[in-house]
Amino acid sequence: MIVSVASGKGGTGKTLVSTSLALSLKERVKVQLLDCDVEEPNAHLFLRPAITHSEPVCISVPDIDKEKCTYCGKCAQVCAYNAIAVVPKHVLTFLELCHGCGACSYLCPEEAITEKGREIGIVESGYSDGLGFAHGKLNIGEAMAPPVIRKVKELANHDGVVIIDVPPGTSCPVVEAIKDSNFCLLVTEPTPFGLNDLVLAVETVKELNIACGVVINRAGVGDGKTEEYCSKENIPILLTIPLDTEIAHLYSNGITLVAGMPMWKTDFIRLYDKIGDIVHERAGRLKR
Amino acid sequence: MKELVVLSGKGGTGKTSIVASFAALARSKVLCDCDVDAADLHLVLQPTMRVNNEFWSGQVAIIDEDKCTQCGLCQDLCHFGAISDFRVNPISCEGCGFCCRICPAEAIVMKENLSGHWFISDTKYGTLVHAKLGIAQENSGKLVALVRQQARQLAESDNLAYVISDGPPGIGCPVISSLSGANLALLVTEPTQSGIHDLERVLGVCRHFNVPALVCINKYDINEDNTRKIEDYCLSQGLKVAAKIPFDNVVTEAIVKGLPVVEHSRDGVAKSIESLWQSIYRLLEG
Repeated sequence: MIVSVASGKGGTGKTLVSTSLALSLKERVKVQLLDCDVEEPNAHLFLRPAITHSEPVCISVPDIDKEKCTYCGKCAQVCAYNAIAVVPKHVLTFLELCHGCGACSYLCPEEAITEKGREIGIVESGYSDGLGFAHGKLNIGEAMAPPVIRKVKELANHDGVVIIDVPPGTSCPVVEAIKDSNFCLLVTEPTPFGLNDLVLAVETVKELNIACGVVINRAGVGDGKTEEYCSKENIPILLTIPLDTEIAHLYSNGITLVAGMPMWKTDFIRLYDKIGDIVHERAGRLKR
Repeated sequence: MKELVVLSGKGGTGKTSIVASFAALARSKVLCDCDVDAADLHLVLQPTMRVNNEFWSGQVAIIDEDKCTQCGLCQDLCHFGAISDFRVNPISCEGCGFCCRICPAEAIVMKENLSGHWFISDTKYGTLVHAKLGIAQENSGKLVALVRQQARQLAESDNLAYVISDGPPGIGCPVISSLSGANLALLVTEPTQSGIHDLERVLGVCRHFNVPALVCINKYDINEDNTRKIEDYCLSQGLKVAAKIPFDNVVTEAIVKGLPVVEHSRDGVAKSIESLWQSIYRLLEG
């Protein structure tokens, strides 16, 4: 079972929900938390995992053998990302633009191009108090998060429950993080910004055909339009967390909600049970 | 013409509320929303759309079932795992065109992709250039670059002093696109462990692209120990903390009313943002 925790808008409480959900479940089932917000990973600040494994994430970029190259220009012509330019007697590569598709090396008539790895980030994995943990970090100055996210997801342990902390937004890194999930939990705050971005996140999740439900965080601020929207769209509100200075203070010090206020554990277990019911009900419906 | 971009690394620290207030405070500017996949600035500035353009970017491979001989070469060669059962998954396809070039049956074509829309709008505070990336689309960095270029052109042609951009969260492609070549970055952080961690990373990106930065600590009073840690960190990095904005529900109230917070309240938050804008103004002019 893979549950991703996304939001559209940043700062609504994805990490708060994903870490507390994972910690609440670990006494019942095998749980692993994958932090796929590789641009700004934060879950480790709360879980303080012992890292047991670390490896670089590389994408394959062209390595041109100047002895063999005839400057025919085929590589530049086939590159869809303008990462290669050929001028008389020179090949220029702009490796930060390269997506690593491999077309140039395969199509070079002189076999002058091989693929070499270029590091764009790292993945680290380990344990935090019985909880499996992995995250990725995009290197500073690098643009492409999806290859790092893919690498983090390769570490998923499918025997148990996998909780994915998703980056904010609705574009390619979000799609990469949530695809293949059985359920997507959308964390929002009841403000016009939160609602606007929730609607976008719901559209994204629907496009990927993943079941979803909403967590309203900081309930009490803003207006009541989020509940109206969810009821109109038939999206279940599975948990409500109030605006509360104690919760905010715990978060600010890197303490998970269930570690600081253990009475929340039952709420998160109940949240998971509701998700399980929805996923099973949907699977049954699809079978029929 | 000078360009200011507001970034944060971590989402939800208050970028948009601050930019909306700058819209009310700054004279002679074009506003620009560089958060193209979850744009919110329009909710406060309430624009009237003047121009609506399609954004065509990138391509997607399509396999013609009738021509396909199911040889499987494309599946073996695709570096993105986007082809299975002789079908392309448009969400995984990165539009490189490799498959189309190597298909022995010439069964694959590349189709142009409508990735979103971009707009030029009028607001009571001036022109706003903004965009909406299509659902689950790629190329947000290119759309950001386009929106910024339009904003700069408008500022030049109307002889305006500033472009003020609301940036996206994170440090990846759309952030790099919002930042490179700007005159100044305002980094909005909050006194949480996450806020501090993410500030360090986004500052690294500013340094990588040689854009000078200054810092604003939002909701500074929710954890004053952490605020001191940020101030110490900034001091050690030679970074100016240009403002400390208190936590106040007036910020959310202003969003609900669709107003910049400086037009909704005259107290603590509004005063801090006004003095923040004065600091930025002096830096941009100095």
